[in-house]
Amino acid sequence: MRHVASRLLQAVIATFGVITIVFFVMRLSGDPTLLLVPEGATAAQIAELRHQLGFDRPLVVQYLAYLSDLLRGDLGQSLVQRLPVSLILGSRLPYTLELAAGALAVALIIGIPAGIAMAVWRGGVVERILAAIVVAGQSLPTFWSGILLILFFGVTLRWLPTSGADSPASLIMPSLALGALAMSTFARMTRISVLDELSRDYVNAARARGLSMGATVARHVLRNAAIPVITVTALEIGNLLAGAVIVETVFAWPGIGQLAMQSIQARDFLIVQAIVLFVSVTYIALNLIADLAYTAIDPRIRSDA
Amino acid sequence: MRGLTISTRVLLGVLLIMLAAALAAPLISPHDPLRQSLLLRLKPPGSADALGIFLLGTDDLGRDLFSRILYGARASFAVATLSVVVSLAVGVTLGLVAGWVRGIAAAIIMRLVDTMLSIPAILLAVLTVAVIGPSFTSLVMVLGLTRWPRYTRVAYASTLQVAAMPFVQASEMAGASTARILARHVLPNIAGPLMVVATSEFGLMILFEAGLSFLGLGIQPPAPSWGSIMSAGRQYVERAWWLTVFPGIGLFTLVLCVNLLGDALRDRLDPRSAGR
Repeated sequence: MRHVASRLLQAVIATFGVITIVFFVMRLSGDPTLLLVPEGATAAQIAELRHQLGFDRPLVVQYLAYLSDLLRGDLGQSLVQRLPVSLILGSRLPYTLELAAGALAVALIIGIPAGIAMAVWRGGVVERILAAIVVAGQSLPTFWSGILLILFFGVTLRWLPTSGADSPASLIMPSLALGALAMSTFARMTRISVLDELSRDYVNAARARGLSMGATVARHVLRNAAIPVITVTALEIGNLLAGAVIVETVFAWPGIGQLAMQSIQARDFLIVQAIVLFVSVTYIALNLIADLAYTAIDPRIRSDA
Repeated sequence: MRGLTISTRVLLGVLLIMLAAALAAPLISPHDPLRQSLLLRLKPPGSADALGIFLLGTDDLGRDLFSRILYGARASFAVATLSVVVSLAVGVTLGLVAGWVRGIAAAIIMRLVDTMLSIPAILLAVLTVAVIGPSFTSLVMVLGLTRWPRYTRVAYASTLQVAAMPFVQASEMAGASTARILARHVLPNIAGPLMVVATSEFGLMILFEAGLSFLGLGIQPPAPSWGSIMSAGRQYVERAWWLTVFPGIGLFTLVLCVNLLGDALRDRLDPRSAGR
């Protein structure tokens, strides 16, 4: 229980810290009003808006007002679209979640079998080939792999749509581009985790009983090796949400990543602020869940916490 | 070079060639990377005019792609090097302070580390650059000031360990100043792990620079950057594949070399992690 409480407290502190950092970043330019007015506003209009938004109050007062708004779930009102920010964010979020789910599926379906294969056939040709793919996946910029996919499957072969989210087929290329990095992470984690398990006594015992390597891995090793991989999954979901900014821009995918870039261009910074807050808080929550799940599954961690 | 494996030497060689090409860009680039020509828009690789051959083709404004890639490499190296230096300095200082002073200072610094690590770096960079306005300086400052926490973690953990060692306590009793102990005894002992982090961060910074420039928040036009060249390449993907393929090969090769060298360095310092 003490572990749970201390992790909860840590998550609350991190959330509070994120909120505070974003508040100050928004004020780095000196006057946040200038980030919110449409291009070409007069000085009088800016002054009026500054007063209306409360940016002429002392910083401490602004900060407390901002905190209390956030606590009530109020992300503010978009001055450009004249709609609540939460409404705008909510309308785009399903697309990003769909993309993240697609990328996660790609990463898990390719990454985990690849990791198992690398561990089981350690030192062989299979491991070398897969290891090369994993390293490549880690060094591939998503915008490059995205455009290469467009060039190949979209422009040359004309199999898949090059942008937008009009058909289920539209999801394939963005998912591949976004999922490549997570795929490498899963493959690496699974490999280490399976190798750790393979070196344990129960594996030798199972083999000595005449169980084949395949059966030993399938029946015993994978179950134990899954724990660290589950933890990584939670963390990777957070990374996928953040990575969506670039991938959505490449594929004109209408999620929160594209929304962030459009809002910067439209000088609608309350939306950008909300997206950063949303993704960060999700990231902290996933981290917490992963940690608590890990503790729940593996009691050895609980004792020394 | 003694004791380095062949693959490490090859990687170092490729990295050094790329660095040399970036540094020598003004000497070796066949064209002015900024000279536009409407007549030469989107010419495929190998096209030529009276001024010479366009080895890798031209971009949407008729500029020589090869020259722009060479100059773009300068931007990648410059941003990555400077932001690693800034984040290393900030991170190590905070880590040393936390590990040496401990107590409440350490608690505050390490909570800040947790917080910074829970904001996705790319999003924080996008927001910050958009607020303060994109430029070379803001890119370096934003990357430098957001990417320090990993160094702090390493420096903190190692400083705690080193500070507890008898030889450090001995020099403290002998009257050595804190600054001297940190510089003479603690820093050399934590240099290895910090180098490993710095190498992997260097690769990440190159990707961040390219990514932010791709989004229009990095190096500003007309100055060349691999990311902004590829952004134009996305626009003309149906007509000019070379705009994406060539800068991407440069970016991928550079990051791959840095990542593999980082792995090799880590394995050398910590043989237990070999092959992981």
